Amino acid sequence: MTSAEGTPAPAILSANRISKSFGEIPVLFSVDFDIRPGEVHAVIGENGAGKSTLIKILSGIEQPTSGAIKYDGQTVVLPPNGAAEALGIVLIHQELNLAEDLTVSESIFLGREIKRFGFLDLREMRRRAQAVMEMLHVHVDPDARINTLSVADKQMVEIAKAISRDARVLIMDEPTAVLSVAETQTLFEQIRRLTARGVAVIFISHKLDEIMELADRVTVLRDGQLIATIGTEALTPDSIAQMMVGRELSNLYPPKHEPDVDAPVVLGVRNLVAAGVKTISFDLRKGEILGFAGLIGSGRTAVAEAVVGLVHRSEGEIALDGKPVNFTRVAQSVDAGLAYMTKDRKGKGLLLNMGLRPNLTLLTLKRHLRLGFLDGSSEERALERATRRFDIRARDASVAVGRLSGGNQQKLMLGKTMESEPDIIIMDEPTRGIDVGTKQQIYHIIAALAAEGKSIILISSEMQEVIGLSHRVVVMREGRLAGVLEGAEITEAEIMRYAAGIKQSGHDERISA
Amino acid sequence: MSASAPDISAKPKRAFRLDLKTVGPLLALALLVLLGISLNENFLSYNNLTNVLARSSFIGIIAIGATFVITAGGLDLSVGSMAAVIAGVMIMVMNWLIPSLGIGWSVVIAGMLSGLLLGGVAGVFNGLMITRGRIEAFIVTLGTMGIFRSLVTFLANGGTLSLNFNVADVYRPVYYDGLLGVPYPIIVFALVAIGGEIAMRYTAFGRYCAAIGSNEQVARYSSINVDNVRLMTYILQGVLVGVAVLLYVPRLGSASSTTGVLWELEAIAGVIIGGTTLKGGYGRIWGTVVGVVILGLIGNILNLQSFISPYLNGAFQGVIIILAVLLQRGGRRT
Repeated sequence: MTSAEGTPAPAILSANRISKSFGEIPVLFSVDFDIRPGEVHAVIGENGAGKSTLIKILSGIEQPTSGAIKYDGQTVVLPPNGAAEALGIVLIHQELNLAEDLTVSESIFLGREIKRFGFLDLREMRRRAQAVMEMLHVHVDPDARINTLSVADKQMVEIAKAISRDARVLIMDEPTAVLSVAETQTLFEQIRRLTARGVAVIFISHKLDEIMELADRVTVLRDGQLIATIGTEALTPDSIAQMMVGRELSNLYPPKHEPDVDAPVVLGVRNLVAAGVKTISFDLRKGEILGFAGLIGSGRTAVAEAVVGLVHRSEGEIALDGKPVNFTRVAQSVDAGLAYMTKDRKGKGLLLNMGLRPNLTLLTLKRHLRLGFLDGSSEERALERATRRFDIRARDASVAVGRLSGGNQQKLMLGKTMESEPDIIIMDEPTRGIDVGTKQQIYHIIAALAAEGKSIILISSEMQEVIGLSHRVVVMREGRLAGVLEGAEITEAEIMRYAAGIKQSGHDERISA
Repeated sequence: MSASAPDISAKPKRAFRLDLKTVGPLLALALLVLLGISLNENFLSYNNLTNVLARSSFIGIIAIGATFVITAGGLDLSVGSMAAVIAGVMIMVMNWLIPSLGIGWSVVIAGMLSGLLLGGVAGVFNGLMITRGRIEAFIVTLGTMGIFRSLVTFLANGGTLSLNFNVADVYRPVYYDGLLGVPYPIIVFALVAIGGEIAMRYTAFGRYCAAIGSNEQVARYSSINVDNVRLMTYILQGVLVGVAVLLYVPRLGSASSTTGVLWELEAIAGVIIGGTTLKGGYGRIWGTVVGVVILGLIGNILNLQSFISPYLNGAFQGVIIILAVLLQRGGRRT
């Protein structure tokens, strides 16, 4: 806590009534924001609240649609493409922007190398890199290659890079998402050293306890609106969580039909351990929609991928209909009636350069063989069925899938997954980046599948979605099950409490009702 | 196609653009043929055409294998050296078997089988190093290219391996004779091309190759056994190199360290000219056939005229390759 209560310094960087629209879609509404020298100002909000748009505008990557940016009291137009770094405003991305094969000192001076007689002055760059490192109390060899460093050390290199260009405003996008507790503490020490030297830090995090510890002020955004900017001392984690949420659920969601009390368990997972999963146990019942909530990186996708055999499972048992199974390849889980729909539809879900038909049938191509050869008319029938059932709209079936809208891509991927006629479907972020109308369609499809007796695991970072659809909700935190919510307990504030670690499930071994 | 299509008005325009891209290589081929006819009346003669096609068939058969490898996102630089080593070993096997099998078809068939087997084994080796060893295809096949080339030089002791004259006489018809006036190499090339086209378009294997080359992760998440499909492409490539060599050995009856030099580049060039994308994800066999024939015709036409030195053959082929890729990029928007 370095900001003085007595005489607040004038703001170094401020945004006055900033609005931003992408095409027709407004994402930020008349937001005010300012940061003073030596202050840590946290920005918090749900996914899609407008946090990343705000910091992109503050760092010049995006220009506001209306409103003004002031830097040192002067109204400025920040240059795009990171050129604002020269002015002293540095954004450190969540996925760090370092060239993996360069050394630490090369990275720090990348793009503004020190030269002597036209040649690189390696010794001077190494010396200065070392000096910055020492100032930050970081013990990293300036000659080490970036790809040999831990994530935490890479982050330190980014900070050193920022300091070496005399950053006055440092913007950090979820810097602790990939750090351990100890690494987080080291990072916080660094941030405190920087603020003591007058650097202003804008800090984005989902973790409420961290914000309580580090920030001087907190700005809460919701749906692109500024909800409040408040000094941290006046806040509790609970009150922040309340401000972040607090919205009525509309009829976006179909009515819930609870599965029968005695519905059999179709998928049982016990003490699962895998990369990113420390240990987790849960049950899924027939006809149930089981929501998986938690922060990004809390291990939800890792659980799904370990269950279906996409990644290696180091420990634990999985049972389908009570019978133990051990999937080492995805094909096995698909054959057993368990399908996983990835959240990364462009990177892992669809072949963007191909048409609708090969995409739809790729998972189940063997079913379209006749005498060993592909049966085009059988594939065509499948496509007709899927376009009707999932309302996939494309100009014609040969158009490359990459040119479809996100919503149509998502529906095609849903169709592809359902082609394998699974009994259990794990849907990972099934409505990411699609418009609200298509979202509603997908919600109704999910509910209808459950009503038909399919069992669904719904992984989503949109809390309303989890709440609006799920019969029960598993909340994960740092690779573990933090709690299981049922019925009236399923509220945003309650999920947030578990996800942020304010509340822990009473019994570590609690599995499910 | 789909019932819910919001508008169909833009369809004819699309189809036209697609057409141009598809027929590009065919157009180039037609232009070359017209050029050939205008330059020399002998161009369309039976002798000239069968000669060009028969010579192209070695590269063509290899290039069909390369189309699968490249479509699946791989690359095989070793095919030329592999051809040389297979030719050398085939000749040695046949010469060695003469005392026990005598001179006749049994020796030739044994030699052919050894060639196919060796091709398959070489493909397995390349494929396993790439899929199980997780080494880039470029590196692995660059390595085996050197290994195979030096092996054939070693086996020939720096000179030439020659097939026993009497066996060569028995074997000769496989290259020089034919059915109904069509030389056997052309027939085999056509059969391999038809089989390849069917495999590429109408089997799960072909679809999987395109899927893997397009996006390996998507293929993996779609329950495709990526490593096995990749391995299969390299084995197929090796066997097809074997097939090409079966037809090549009776032509000269010998093998040396210069056998098959630069065949890998000609094969890859044929594949690319035909419209297959070098980075994988899309491949067409008939395009490869057209591409290989285009390359063959360029050399032939340069030999039939007297204005330009035939020594510029390589330059013309190079220009065509670059043009083909430029055309591809123009037509392929994402």
